[in-house]
Amino acid sequence: MRLLLLLALLLGTPLAAQDFTPVQPGRVMAFPADHGAHPDFRTEWWYATGWLTTAGGEKLGFQVTFFRSRVGDAAGNPSKFALKQVLFAHAALSDPKLGRLQHAQRIARAGFGLAEARTGDMALVLDDWSLRRGADGVMRTQVKGDGFALDLALAPSQPVLLQGRGGYSQKGPDPAEASHYYTMPQLKVSGRIVRAGKAEAVTGTAWLDREWSSTLLNPAATGWDWLGLNMDDGGALTLFRVRRKDGSALWAGGSYRSAKGELTVLAPADVRFVAARRWKSSRTGATYPVAPVVEVRLPGGVRRVPVTPLMDDQELDSRGGGGPVYWEGAVTVPGGRGYLEMTGYLTPLKM
Amino acid sequence: MRAIDLPPACGWLIGGEWRAHPGRLVVAVLAIAVGVALGFAVHLVNTAALSSFARAVGSVSGTADVQARSISPRGVDEALYPRLARIPGVATVSPVVELSGRLPPREAGMGGQRITVLGIDSLRAMAATPSLLGMPVGNSGRDLALTDGIYLSRAAMVAAGASPGKTVRIVAAGVARDLRVAGVLAGAGEEAMLGVLDIGEAQWRFGQLGRLQRFDIKLDEGADRDTVLARLEATLPAEAEIVRAEDEASRSASLSRAYRVNLGMLAMVALLTGGFLVFSAQSLSVARRGPQFALLRVLGMRPASLRALVLLEGAALGLVGATLGVAAGFGMAAGVLAILGGDLGGGYFRGGSVPLNFDPLAAAGFAALGLAVAVASSWWPAATAARAQPAVALKAGVEAGDPRDRWPAWPGAALLAGGGLAALAPPVFGLPLLGYAAMALLLAGGVVIMPWAARALFGPLRHLRWPLPVELALARLWGAPAAAAVALSGIVASTSLMVAMAVMVTSFRGSVDEWLGQLLPADVYIHVEGTEAGGLPRELQARLAAIPGVRSVAFVRQLPIKLSPDAPAVVLSGQPVRADPAAALPLIGATLPVPTGAVPVWVSEPMAWLNDIEAGDRITLPLVGPVFVAGIWRDYARQFGAVAMDEADFERLTGDTGKTEAAFTLDPGQDAAPVMRAVRAALPEGVREQTIIAEPRVMRVQALAIFDQSFMVTYALEVIAILIGLVGVATAFSAQTLARVREFGVMRHLGVQRAQIGWQLASEGAALGLLGALAGLSLGLVMAQVLIQVINPQSFHWTMETRLPWGLLTGLVTALVVAAAGTAVLAGRRALSGEAVLAVRDDW
Repeated sequence: MRLLLLLALLLGTPLAAQDFTPVQPGRVMAFPADHGAHPDFRTEWWYATGWLTTAGGEKLGFQVTFFRSRVGDAAGNPSKFALKQVLFAHAALSDPKLGRLQHAQRIARAGFGLAEARTGDMALVLDDWSLRRGADGVMRTQVKGDGFALDLALAPSQPVLLQGRGGYSQKGPDPAEASHYYTMPQLKVSGRIVRAGKAEAVTGTAWLDREWSSTLLNPAATGWDWLGLNMDDGGALTLFRVRRKDGSALWAGGSYRSAKGELTVLAPADVRFVAARRWKSSRTGATYPVAPVVEVRLPGGVRRVPVTPLMDDQELDSRGGGGPVYWEGAVTVPGGRGYLEMTGYLTPLKM
Repeated sequence: MRAIDLPPACGWLIGGEWRAHPGRLVVAVLAIAVGVALGFAVHLVNTAALSSFARAVGSVSGTADVQARSISPRGVDEALYPRLARIPGVATVSPVVELSGRLPPREAGMGGQRITVLGIDSLRAMAATPSLLGMPVGNSGRDLALTDGIYLSRAAMVAAGASPGKTVRIVAAGVARDLRVAGVLAGAGEEAMLGVLDIGEAQWRFGQLGRLQRFDIKLDEGADRDTVLARLEATLPAEAEIVRAEDEASRSASLSRAYRVNLGMLAMVALLTGGFLVFSAQSLSVARRGPQFALLRVLGMRPASLRALVLLEGAALGLVGATLGVAAGFGMAAGVLAILGGDLGGGYFRGGSVPLNFDPLAAAGFAALGLAVAVASSWWPAATAARAQPAVALKAGVEAGDPRDRWPAWPGAALLAGGGLAALAPPVFGLPLLGYAAMALLLAGGVVIMPWAARALFGPLRHLRWPLPVELALARLWGAPAAAAVALSGIVASTSLMVAMAVMVTSFRGSVDEWLGQLLPADVYIHVEGTEAGGLPRELQARLAAIPGVRSVAFVRQLPIKLSPDAPAVVLSGQPVRADPAAALPLIGATLPVPTGAVPVWVSEPMAWLNDIEAGDRITLPLVGPVFVAGIWRDYARQFGAVAMDEADFERLTGDTGKTEAAFTLDPGQDAAPVMRAVRAALPEGVREQTIIAEPRVMRVQALAIFDQSFMVTYALEVIAILIGLVGVATAFSAQTLARVREFGVMRHLGVQRAQIGWQLASEGAALGLLGALAGLSLGLVMAQVLIQVINPQSFHWTMETRLPWGLLTGLVTALVVAAAGTAVLAGRRALSGEAVLAVRDDW
């Protein structure tokens, strides 16, 4: 599901739903065009998460996200500054030695080569940050923030995974509440990171989510949980649920693709998040079920997967920039590792 | 013999003296107080005004680390934006469309208030200049999209009579637009007249597609500022410049420099006058207490202790005066700010109230200055008291000195010569410091040379035949020049400084008046603001010229250009000059013949001064190329300089045919009012609201009114200082006269009539008053020349023609003579009222 529509919140767009291209089942994904931007949709993201191992054997989590949001149509305005698209990018590094997230962000209106999300293939630039797909299919991202920087190459080792029905992923009871969604799991990572001014080489495994949509979240929803796991055997498990105010699931879904490539699409009834240990943030006062147990019904039967966070404090407070408070961090499960996102635990997210 | 205790003796002596002659001391204290108050008030007002101005600038610029700005209001190509953003060390560049606009008038027929209209990219401004982001109504968050409408600062909201949700008509860049008021700019200062809308909207709605006027730049944390600035400088084209916050501050500082220099000058006048009054009061009291001091000496008090005693008296006077002065200065500053505003009526800082802060450091500084002047002024009397021979003093009382002593001219002459030399020196750190030193030396020299001058003048007069009282008066003045000098010092000091100031202000005003007359020879003028869109286009020029009753129109295009990257921009104007330069510009001297093929320009005096340009030079101007300087003209308006060239040359070299100003010459007998109406009607909406149409008569009256208002404080303070000077003269005379009771007793014994003594005193007073006034006048005229020829050109880079305020000078001399004679007579009456016999008996 991912950190949805943050920008719609931020930018109070004057556009109505009919101004955007709707998400429709049956739309056929085409590559590399669908790696690129879809400017006619309301919002879109390129969401990379993963685990890194330093030369010294330290385990770290990282997250690099680029959002595109169409905030206006500037009808008739020939100005190059006319407000149409805004790009937002966010990056975080989970370092257990530090015990909390290091993160940074960039935001700009698209234009002048300073902030661009190209169509046709993956090519994003936002000031000094970038995410580009090379001719060899390897994606390279460079981001930097206060005290840390990432320069990573993400090489696919498996075919693209189309979520939902051929890339049409329903996000609520209404079929219109949906997104176009595909994933590139099991990405081989190599590159360099900078921590506290010191550069070092890293390797690792990552996950890239691509999603674009024109609809907003169901009004009854107060938040969501998302989990993406790269299994050690090459499998990939995606789980998400949209929560009501009482914590029950308004919608849920996901997929499992085995190492052999057999894809199972999960229905709402197939996914259950069970809260276990909770952690309370002294920073914001929010309480998160940081080590849930997820129950997934797979063809071989229901599997209970206990989730363990890399560290408890992987909370992000982006209220200063107009964003929400949420938890997003590196987690392990028996035989796999990935990223868990939990939103709407402090105040309901309204979209 | 044991030295007596100093403290009780002090208390007794000082206390007794102060009880006996409070008036004199009050005058001395007041003089010091006025000096301190004036200096402190000027400082406070100026600090308050500058910080208010800086806040106004700050709220418009939004406190960016660095600002780059196009020199011309037409802006620079927006392609510069990504190039600046990519410079290493630059964190964020926030592109800005900056337009000068007008709000709708509150009442029909009135002009609307000026407003700065900014088009910003909120997401960039969020990082570079967050204070420019508006707060939408009914929403706690910031509206980053700015998609709809304009955010107004509080002051602008009030001035426009607008409220959020309503529509406001903004005129800028020659177009009028109705914009919805989206909310208030909470981050803008109270005084700022500011409106902010989306940059894309601003470019589109106000005809600025592709153009940007400003870049607000935030640097990377830890980036080396100078390195990044150098990179920025290297990237910026010639039509843009880096504006540093300190530049803005110094620019606003130099704007009000005229006031600081002139009022600072006035404060110096008051303080020095106070010093001389302290000097004369102390000298007299020392002289009169000669016997007491001698007694103390005989009782064992050492000369050093006696000196310390008199200095302590001076310090006490200074302390009281300084304390009063600080309090009065603060009150004065508050009053001035409340009545005239932060620029003392100069019209430089517009709108808003200026908060006044008590500045303890400055207060202490000015108080210390007052104290120092008081102590320094007591130095000579203290030395005199310590030097006196107890035996002689005990017997003779007032030590008049030996009439046969010769008074040398050389110390005074040397000081005057030193002053003359200092006046020839160049400025130090861009300030006329040596000019001020010259003023001080001239003043000191003038005072020191007075005893010699008194002798030189009264000596020959003494040998002529006079009525007895006059003869006695001249003998006395010739014989006791030191006593005369004491009375004279105050007169000479206050008179000369007043005369200098008055002559300078009169000269300045006269020169400005004449300059305005030369600058505005036509019948109707229009000035177009908001020239971001290019001013008056060709076809509009033709339409204006065709208005009935208009004989001819001279169109002017003004364009700021920069002579060097770090210099402030100067104004380049294209106007009809070549046909008759002397008629077009207030030239200083003649215009030179132009060599064939050369492009002639005429540069303003400040520009010539600042850039070391002389007529006949060949210089290179940006946008224009190599030119020939055909002449220099006088300009009091643009401190950083201006350069005029012929319209045809300007259009040919710059390709710019839009005009920003026009001067209409009307048919003979044509009334200006219908033409002005026709001109207004001919202007398209948008341009009309931003055009000022005026008659030179009105403009001249307004300009002089502003001038007079700005010097109003000067006039008022001059009157106060003259009054203090006169009171000082009066007290000095009465003190001296009272001290001569025994002398009068002897004269009565010798058969001189009481009335004759009265006439003698009147003659003495009048003679001294006349001498002091004439000496002060001459010294003042010399010092006025230092002000006019040295201090003003070095401060403002302009010159003026000397003009004398004859009425004021005559009145001043008359007042001094009458006051001196009158007080002498009054004091004499008191002195003569006692029994002459008793007075004499007391003597022997």
